Amino acid sequence: MAEHKLVIIGGGPAGLSAAVAAVDAGLAPEDILVLERDSEPGGILNQCIHAGFGLHRFGEELTGPEYSGRYIAMARERGIPILCNAMVLSLTDDRRVTFVSPETGYTTIQAEAVILAMGCRERTRGALSIPGTRPSGVYTAGCAQRYINIEGYMPGHRVVILGSGDIGLIMARRMTLEGAKVLAVCEIMPYSGGLARNIVQCLDDFGIPLKLSHTVVQIHGRDRVEGVTVAAVDEANGRRPIPGTEEYFACDTLLLSVGLIPENELTRGAGIDLDRMTNGASVNQFRETSAPGVYACGNVLHVHDLVDYVSEEADTAGRAAAARILGNAAPVVRSVKLTTGHGVRYTVPERIDLAEEPEDVRIFFRVSDVYKKVRLVIETGTGEILVNRAKSAVAPGEMESLTIPASKLAQVLRSGEEEILVKLTETEGR
Amino acid sequence: MLYDVLIIGAGCTGVMTARLLSAKNVKVAVAEAGPDVATGATAANSAIVHAGYDAKPGTLKAQLNVRGNRLMKELCAALGVECKNVGSHVIGFGEGDLPMLEELLARGRANGIPDLEIIGQDRLRAMEPNVSPEATHSLWAPTAAITCPYGITIAAAENAVTNGVDFYFHFRVTDASRAGDIHYITNGTETLAARYVVNCAGVHSAEVAAILGENDFPITITPRRGEYFILDKAVGGLAHSTLFVCPSDRGKGILVSPTVDGNLIVGPNAYPIGDSDDRSTTAEGLAEITAGARRIMPDIPMNMAITSFAGVRSTPNQYDFYLKASDQIPGVIHAVGVESPGFASSPATAEYLVGLLEEAGLALTDKPDYIPTRRRDGNHIQWNRLSEKEKAAKCRENPAYGKIVCRCETVTEGDLLDMLDAPIPAVTIDMMKKRLRAGMGRCQGGFCSPRVAALIAERTGHGLDEINKSGPGSWLVTKREEA
Repeated sequence: MAEHKLVIIGGGPAGLSAAVAAVDAGLAPEDILVLERDSEPGGILNQCIHAGFGLHRFGEELTGPEYSGRYIAMARERGIPILCNAMVLSLTDDRRVTFVSPETGYTTIQAEAVILAMGCRERTRGALSIPGTRPSGVYTAGCAQRYINIEGYMPGHRVVILGSGDIGLIMARRMTLEGAKVLAVCEIMPYSGGLARNIVQCLDDFGIPLKLSHTVVQIHGRDRVEGVTVAAVDEANGRRPIPGTEEYFACDTLLLSVGLIPENELTRGAGIDLDRMTNGASVNQFRETSAPGVYACGNVLHVHDLVDYVSEEADTAGRAAAARILGNAAPVVRSVKLTTGHGVRYTVPERIDLAEEPEDVRIFFRVSDVYKKVRLVIETGTGEILVNRAKSAVAPGEMESLTIPASKLAQVLRSGEEEILVKLTETEGR
Repeated sequence: MLYDVLIIGAGCTGVMTARLLSAKNVKVAVAEAGPDVATGATAANSAIVHAGYDAKPGTLKAQLNVRGNRLMKELCAALGVECKNVGSHVIGFGEGDLPMLEELLARGRANGIPDLEIIGQDRLRAMEPNVSPEATHSLWAPTAAITCPYGITIAAAENAVTNGVDFYFHFRVTDASRAGDIHYITNGTETLAARYVVNCAGVHSAEVAAILGENDFPITITPRRGEYFILDKAVGGLAHSTLFVCPSDRGKGILVSPTVDGNLIVGPNAYPIGDSDDRSTTAEGLAEITAGARRIMPDIPMNMAITSFAGVRSTPNQYDFYLKASDQIPGVIHAVGVESPGFASSPATAEYLVGLLEEAGLALTDKPDYIPTRRRDGNHIQWNRLSEKEKAAKCRENPAYGKIVCRCETVTEGDLLDMLDAPIPAVTIDMMKKRLRAGMGRCQGGFCSPRVAALIAERTGHGLDEINKSGPGSWLVTKREEA
């Protein structure tokens, strides 16, 4: 069986950032192999031709292909091998990677470290069980985006969009710019899951109505979509459609932007522990999973709203994988668990592995609802405050982060605390 | 061209009949209203090869189901289609259900089904740990099996085409006439001539009987719609065999079963509908399926559903299948009212229909050069079903097999190209989906359908805007307006 030091599964922004960071941390580029299932690296960014990427990372606004282009260039400058059209079929918890590609055929590699960077997929109509017929013209937003931006064809002309996630909002604008009529964006929740800037730039600027607390209850049309029925939902009754509120929209296309699911089939197959809330692996601050030497970063770990944070997370994983291979990782003294308190849906990482001299650790998390005037708090199990920051507004659509300083973690290490709690406190009523 | 036999309808019954005839020295055509074989009830049912205890002894249903069960397994083996002998339980909830289980056991024994027995809760739970704690007994039928109904029908159709059968798609029969002993069957634009006509038109079979000229045809069809869920493969192991509940007058009720591809199938309900082609699902129906499934398996994770769909069965106004030569029109054979267990019975029903053709005067002799496989060079086996060694060898031989197009179901470009060159070339998204499962996995084609469409377009010399999901009108994209 072939051996390799570091195998990175996925050549999108996460995989490429991790590869670059691993080289910059001292790993030889030829010891890395990036396996990309598409015919070119860059991941889903290649079809995201709108601007809005890179403000944090590069201090300028880039399009998706420009952002991925920078990382592809960085990887090439460093001489990192990227194998395209390579699909990983299985992974074991002792880091055996089986993949297939036209170039290499059916291959198994034993790796010293593996970084999972497979990204995510879109939730589908089937997962929502939207009743009705099953005609052509029901697309996930990303699928429609590919038809327009990569294949150069129009997936439809009169469009209803279900779900106000960022891709749905971006596609509302994109379809409009290409001459389609977007009749409405329906969102089952009372707030949008997308970034505030996208609501303004993609809907408001084009006069596209956002129907909050509404969903699609029926799809019509035998061969191609002929219309959809939309209804208001009852917040107090499990978001069930309210009889009598149905409205028919004649349209030829229904786009779905109803959530992203980390693609963890390989992770699950390797028996790696998954977090029920993120649907990604449960990791420490270095993004190491429950399988030693297997790291995860980017949207396969948890769904990000900005690619800049994907790159940052991937850097962490890439550096840690390099340190493991090079044998210069600081030994772990003990672990503390991160738990979620009031108003916090999940955190990444889920645990902190403390070395003798801890470093700063940045905690990413999502809140579970829209709140105004809150304090974001990290405290120990015994109630000692580690971080406390005021925030005027938080929403589930925007990822939050707080950094626990090294000095505080040193205290935690010495105190014997086994848990750290992340929560929010409401300073005023909602 | 004068055909010896024209079969109307390319569902499992029609295709299996065409396949049997393709081994004989007769010229056979199949006229199908849809864009492909297996687009009606064959495409949307529970995918069970029933053991045969349900049918009343002495009926055609009983006779053909029991024989069909054995023949189906043989046919799957011969054509390289997966069929798993998983067995089935009819679950009873309490002593009140025992008489019905006893009745089914008695029917099954009368029908000649081997190894049937009623088992108690302990054995049932040992076999199926996820079944409801309220399940007290089951009728265990180890010969029940699962396969892919449209998969075996497509395989049988390829086998038939390889042996000279002609398929006419988009051929919805609108009129028929007769001159001497020749039947002329038309769809309005094209006319096919044949000495014998076999009506296997499923839910439309009573209409076709009328078109063929039957007066006072004894059978009427009530289309009955049944809705289903498919659950992700991640939870496919929750059931090891097909789990029925005690039957009612509305059919066999809602079942939970593994599929041959590793998913769980849950359904169906049964409601009469007015439009026999209305395969839409309803919120109420899907809720009913969920409730029915929970009765069998209380913790079934319905949030793992990857799709839902509906099928339409052709329920006749009599208990049994109606398989008869017309007493009004010489040379016409009817297969009407073939509802469940129509699929499980189909290889045996085909034999029966061929027998009726012979009785009606059709002379059949064996074809010396008959090819028993899907293609001249054997059976197409999809790359992901090969052993590791075979996979590696196939990639070396043709690198297109090293390129995965559908990630969820591991379908390679080589498989897709093979299906474009198949005896019935797959030229729509749905044809590829049914043949290879491309787009049938958890992402439901989100990733692969643009790529599959692009490959079909490239290989057939069409634009992407000319590729359809299924039939005409189901366009995927249009050309962009130039600014």
